[in-house]
Amino acid sequence: MQKKDMWLAVLILVVGAIVYMRNPLFISPINLGNTANLIGLFGLFAIGQAFVIMTGGIDLSVGSMIALLGVLFVELVGRFGVPWPLAILITVMAGTVMGLAHGLLVTKLKMQPFVVTLCGLLIYRGVARGYTGEATAGFPFGASFPELEWLTVGRSFGVPHSFIALIIVGIITWFVLHRSVFGRHLYAVGKNEDAARYSGVRTGLVITSAYVICAVLTSIAAIYFAMFTKSVQPSSHGNFYELYAIAAAVLGGFSLRGGEGSIIGVILGAVLIQQLQNLVNLLGIPSSLNFAVMGGVILAGVLADQQFNRYRERQRAARALDALNREAAAPS
Amino acid sequence: MTATTGTGQPLLALENISKVYPGVIALSDVTLRVHHGEVLALIGENGAGKSTLMKVLGGVIEPSSGTITIGDRHYDRLSVLESQAAGIAFVHQELNVFDNLDVAGNMFMGREIRTRLGFMDIEAMRKAARPLLRRVGASFKPETLVANLSLAERQLLEIAKALSIDARVVIMDEPTSSLTLSETQTLMKVIADLKSDGIAVIYISHRLGEVEQCADRVVGLRDGHVAGELAKHEINHDAMIRLMIGRDLKALYTPPSVASGGTVLSLKGIKNAVNPQSRVNLDIRAGEILGVAGLVGAGRTELAEAIFGIGDILEGELTLAGKTFRARTPREAIDAGIYLVPEDRKRTGLVLESSICENISLADLGTVSRYGLVSQKAQLRRALAQRDRLGIKANDVMRNAAELSGGNQQKVVLGKWLSMNPKLIFFDEPTRGIDVGAKSEIYKLMRGLADAGVGVVMISSDMEEVIGVSDRIVVLREGRLSGELQRAQFSEHNVLKLAVGGN
Repeated sequence: MQKKDMWLAVLILVVGAIVYMRNPLFISPINLGNTANLIGLFGLFAIGQAFVIMTGGIDLSVGSMIALLGVLFVELVGRFGVPWPLAILITVMAGTVMGLAHGLLVTKLKMQPFVVTLCGLLIYRGVARGYTGEATAGFPFGASFPELEWLTVGRSFGVPHSFIALIIVGIITWFVLHRSVFGRHLYAVGKNEDAARYSGVRTGLVITSAYVICAVLTSIAAIYFAMFTKSVQPSSHGNFYELYAIAAAVLGGFSLRGGEGSIIGVILGAVLIQQLQNLVNLLGIPSSLNFAVMGGVILAGVLADQQFNRYRERQRAARALDALNREAAAPS
Repeated sequence: MTATTGTGQPLLALENISKVYPGVIALSDVTLRVHHGEVLALIGENGAGKSTLMKVLGGVIEPSSGTITIGDRHYDRLSVLESQAAGIAFVHQELNVFDNLDVAGNMFMGREIRTRLGFMDIEAMRKAARPLLRRVGASFKPETLVANLSLAERQLLEIAKALSIDARVVIMDEPTSSLTLSETQTLMKVIADLKSDGIAVIYISHRLGEVEQCADRVVGLRDGHVAGELAKHEINHDAMIRLMIGRDLKALYTPPSVASGGTVLSLKGIKNAVNPQSRVNLDIRAGEILGVAGLVGAGRTELAEAIFGIGDILEGELTLAGKTFRARTPREAIDAGIYLVPEDRKRTGLVLESSICENISLADLGTVSRYGLVSQKAQLRRALAQRDRLGIKANDVMRNAAELSGGNQQKVVLGKWLSMNPKLIFFDEPTRGIDVGAKSEIYKLMRGLADAGVGVVMISSDMEEVIGVSDRIVVLREGRLSGELQRAQFSEHNVLKLAVGGN
């Protein structure tokens, strides 16, 4: 665990303690369970976003993908009677195609990630609304899919399965980002794409893969969301979710310039954001102020982080100068 | 007073200027006088001190000692503003234009004419720009978008801009490096016009033919000294080359311990995007250090990069160990055993914000990993082995590469390649910005590689290095292979002659 992540964990505990002191309901099993469920749902695609941000890119289409893929999944299972494992496969495949399109547009046609995924945001939302004719997509009355429901909205020992899914995905992606060759290449591309290319890293492939990973995790999240809300209202489902994901990554120590951040960081970021939402509810702050609280905390957090970095930078510069002087002084 | 030709009070005088950096003397006791309406050419090899001297004049570098006299005012050092106010204007080698603005906008950048309300007075700027453009013989208008101008026209724009600040001395640093022949002739005419208006021009160029054509006087710099000067009637090609060379070259050469082997890579009629008009034929042999000399911009880096899979090879054939070879990406070149130590360490050589350890294994993570997961232990073992082999001065290989000195950074780049299996390594300016001790270590390493049967190609603009280290030298000029020299023919004169052309 990096120092940065540790500080974030400490912050989460401190905020938790304060909320608990003001409202003991905070640690009630119901509240914790509900919050854990939301952490799981939002955390899943925040990790995906983190992979894209690692390359110095951004994926703004996440919220619209959750709506469109949610509609797709509900329609497949509810209306067309497709067996749910097959429906999951189709949904994830559809997501993969979207991610691949983003990645190829960015790497092969050299378009800017912001532009590509902004268009994705508009197109996917539009398709979802157009296909449904603005009507809510839902399961037929009385339909029941016990295994699917157990997998998505079920709980074991009171722990929501969405949260468990986040933990499993978190562990896998931790290995991918922090231990695998691909992860190392991802860091290198994010920090210095030129040097990575000159070292033989297939930078285009690495960047495209990041968009695909983001889209795959987003499609899994889309299925969880659809099962959680049971119906998908195409004009509002998933609105602004991309911003939650970006916020979680930024809070978790990711730089939008790329090359910085950790899986633990982005998960903790997602935890903190849900905790803040919870705080607004529990402390009786008008929920209209929700976004303002979130914005304020992110701003303060990133500012503090930057000041700390600047301090470290100065220290490092001083050390480097010192080493140089010693080198110069030593007879060679 | 030294015998400075020219009449009357000099417009500008640099007297006994020295500039000392820790361990390096960039300028030593340089005296230079410039007169009204004179074209003074400044010549010298790469690194002779021309740019440093001009930066002193521009107020960018503070001299360690000496005085600067402009008109009748004396300065110990100039600030950028003082330099501009004194009428010194630069026309830079890399053009500093904003191609998203129009010509007038560029000319008045930072000195925009305003209306009474504080808005830009676009009409007034365009009106003021018109006579200046006419004066430099420009056919474009103040309203023209700079993006639509050719390189030569941009050059004219820069000169017009210099005139707009009432320049008395215009410094041109390699102004023709990107111009065609006819554009160069236009520039020569403009210089003659400036001269007849009493404006002095300091003309820095490697192109001796142009110097011969336009200069009234030539001053040669060598290793930070004034090597001598030529009056108008003395200016000719040979005299200028004699001014530029004549250093004592230190004995750097270690002969190879084994005879050079067969051809590693052979280039037949290679044409690349940067130099589409030329074809390069060349055999690179195992066991020898091949020096590639030439002026900056001769296309040496581009040639090496094209072979390494960066930038396309348009035509021609590469043969690697008897088989046709063409790398489309660096990965393919690396897999074939062709490596590149790039010119720009910080941009393309290293991921500065990553550790020494990670940099060393970046190109070859496959061998330090299992099932796609990187083994920290294997990676660390490799980094420590390279550190000890190359003498990288770092106790902790987990430190960021950014914290190392230039020489040690270069060793990290080398460590990356030497831990693999090289057949051919390109070293592009391998010792630029590196201290003397680390330099000789890097030369020793190159010789060691060559003796081990690796093909070593060293691109260098440092004459001492090219002559001192290579077994064979090829010279590139404007993308063409202008000649090849065997060890017995090595001399500064011969290399320079091939690099600048002419006879």
